[in-house]
Amino acid sequence: MPERLAVRKTYKLFIGGAFPRSESGRSYPVSSPSGETVNASLASRKDARDAVRAARSAFPKWAGATAYNRGQILYRIAEMIEGRREQFIAETRDAAGVDAAIDRWVWYAGWADKIAQVHGGANPVAGPYFNLSAPEPTGVVAVVAPPDSPLLGLVSVVAPAIVTGNTVVVLAAEDHPLPAITLAEVLATSDLPAGVVNILTGRPAETAPWLAAHMDVNGLDLTGATDPELATAWERDAAENLKRVLRPSPDAIDWSADPGTGRMTTFLETKTVWHPKGV
Amino acid sequence: MSFFEYAPAPESRSIVDIRSSYGLFIDGSFVDSVDGKTFKSVNPATEEQLAEVVEGSPADVDAAVAAARRAFDTVWGPMSGADRSKYLFRIARLIQERSRELAVLESLDNGKPIREARDVDLPLVAAHFFYYAGWADKLSHAGFGSDPRPLGVAAQVIPWNFPLLMLAWKIAPALACGNTVVLKPAETTPLTALLFAEICQQADLPPGVVNIVTGAGETGRALVEHPGVDKVAFTGSTEVGRAIARSVAGTRKRLTLELGGKAANIVFDDAPIDQAVEGIVNGIFFNQGHVCCAGSRLLVQESVQDSFLDALKRRMSLLRVGDPLDKNTDVGAINSAAQLARIRELSAVGEEEGASRWSPACELPDRGFWFAPTLFTGVSQAHRIAREEIFGPVLSVLTFRTPDEAVEKANNTPYGLSAGIWTEKGSRILAVADRLRAGVVWANTFNKFDPTSPFGGYKESGYGREGGRHGLEAYLA
Repeated sequence: MPERLAVRKTYKLFIGGAFPRSESGRSYPVSSPSGETVNASLASRKDARDAVRAARSAFPKWAGATAYNRGQILYRIAEMIEGRREQFIAETRDAAGVDAAIDRWVWYAGWADKIAQVHGGANPVAGPYFNLSAPEPTGVVAVVAPPDSPLLGLVSVVAPAIVTGNTVVVLAAEDHPLPAITLAEVLATSDLPAGVVNILTGRPAETAPWLAAHMDVNGLDLTGATDPELATAWERDAAENLKRVLRPSPDAIDWSADPGTGRMTTFLETKTVWHPKGV
Repeated sequence: MSFFEYAPAPESRSIVDIRSSYGLFIDGSFVDSVDGKTFKSVNPATEEQLAEVVEGSPADVDAAVAAARRAFDTVWGPMSGADRSKYLFRIARLIQERSRELAVLESLDNGKPIREARDVDLPLVAAHFFYYAGWADKLSHAGFGSDPRPLGVAAQVIPWNFPLLMLAWKIAPALACGNTVVLKPAETTPLTALLFAEICQQADLPPGVVNIVTGAGETGRALVEHPGVDKVAFTGSTEVGRAIARSVAGTRKRLTLELGGKAANIVFDDAPIDQAVEGIVNGIFFNQGHVCCAGSRLLVQESVQDSFLDALKRRMSLLRVGDPLDKNTDVGAINSAAQLARIRELSAVGEEEGASRWSPACELPDRGFWFAPTLFTGVSQAHRIAREEIFGPVLSVLTFRTPDEAVEKANNTPYGLSAGIWTEKGSRILAVADRLRAGVVWANTFNKFDPTSPFGGYKESGYGREGGRHGLEAYLA
């Protein structure tokens, strides 16, 4: 019997729930789990803009979904990642990291219907008013994923942004994009509405400036921006429409440590509503 | 002529003793500028000079930041929360005790009606210090970790519309969290901040904990760009906010911004008309419309447009414009010649673009900076008076047919600071409030503030919250 000829995979982008190639027709070589070189899509400026449009379209419905529903969907995603555990381990060669990533996702899933209770509440104003503060998602968040942790780092920046109702455009780790592509395949089969997460592979140095300056992006997570000069330039561009910016950490991040709530609260707005009391 | 006439009822200005010139408040005492440049603060209602004030130079800013750093390292940082708390309570009490004096000075320097300074600004200023005083020794319970730490030296730049209230919003939480501050009051309204400096002395607040550096834009720039500050807090225009956000990029400075707005005040056809009219008037003519969260766009449902606008015009005709120190005055002086020019320019643009302009007959004083309450009808979303912040007593009226259209139009702005909803239907309030992209929503009320209630914007109205438990976050690591 001759050895079976494998069906190879084409690695593509994830935009609006679909898997297009880059509109630019470009690709770049990356290493596959088995060690051979494969082609990943090299996203362009226009892909980034398309991804923002998809994220914006998805925002009202995702932000308006009940917290319970978002929590259910995120938990479903964790189940789907678990189902692909072996594939992720092959791609990352880090079983502990994959397990931690699944657990991290479950942890964030549980936050969906708790964050408003922890970060909102009634304010005892000095007058006959019922005054309530509640967190709401910021909008479309562009995320530069950390290059040093292609799965655990990736889920640690994506899950906190979307669990609260934001939609994201993620720039995957340039040299290790395959776990991000596999995650896209997980997301596509997890009841996550199309456009909530959009993943671009390629060179962040090329695409991030367009997202940082994009006037329909509301937040910018620079966790994976390792070049301080570029990070500064992108933060400066983000000022044009006052994006909420999460700066890169000056120290190396221990992705296995308790992440706290900061990655969620950075991309939350507090809305306070005053209602008069009266009969 | 109305049936009844009001007799003048001026508040006496003798209660406040304005010095002819003021130094900078650095390291606990008033000092001269290193470079000796000064400018004048005038009364916008009369254009008379009130005092000469220092234009802080970069060297002055250096000295102030150094004093704040010293105080942070040696006194205020190490101090127990309980003691910080007691200092803040002292300050709150001193403000209450000297509130008449502060209110008169605020009205003189800013042009706002004494009734508002006395009944709104000053009670809120004292309440703000009182509120944050109580937080100083309870920070580990605030939800920011078990041992939250102060950031260090805070650079704070505030606007001229609520000079002392904005000072309170900045200084009270910063101090409660253990930071020290260098605050720059606005160029046209520095005097109450300098009187506040005296109150700090009276409270025996350790030198350097609060430093006040007066000046204009360049002084503010030197302060926020100073490498020795750990935190920048700014309230003012979106344009300047953007510049500050750019300037802190790549640094480790934390930043909060409270910027402009173009709030929609939405009146549905079932709204209680008289109450809504009062709210709309308060929303745009309170403090001469110099309010970042002013309800400057009225969205009224088409079916009630005519009767509502008639009632609104009747009410506007009763507004008394004039001497800010008169206790019957509703609308005082525009804060500066520059602001008056901006309001005039945008109002002229409104007419040129085809909107209809209306103001009640009202006599304006000969001297000083004045602008009659103004209403524009026939405004479209594309008009500049519907898009740009005028920051004056100018209301743009747009209409809508359905709740969806109202929400769509309300959110159609780069700003997102505040919004108002007027309807008798409770479920509609909740549904519409959910969909408005604004940091503060007032339902059947407007322009209400409270130290426990977080305030701040979405989108290009800035980020971070001031007030309430949320307000602590800006000053804690």
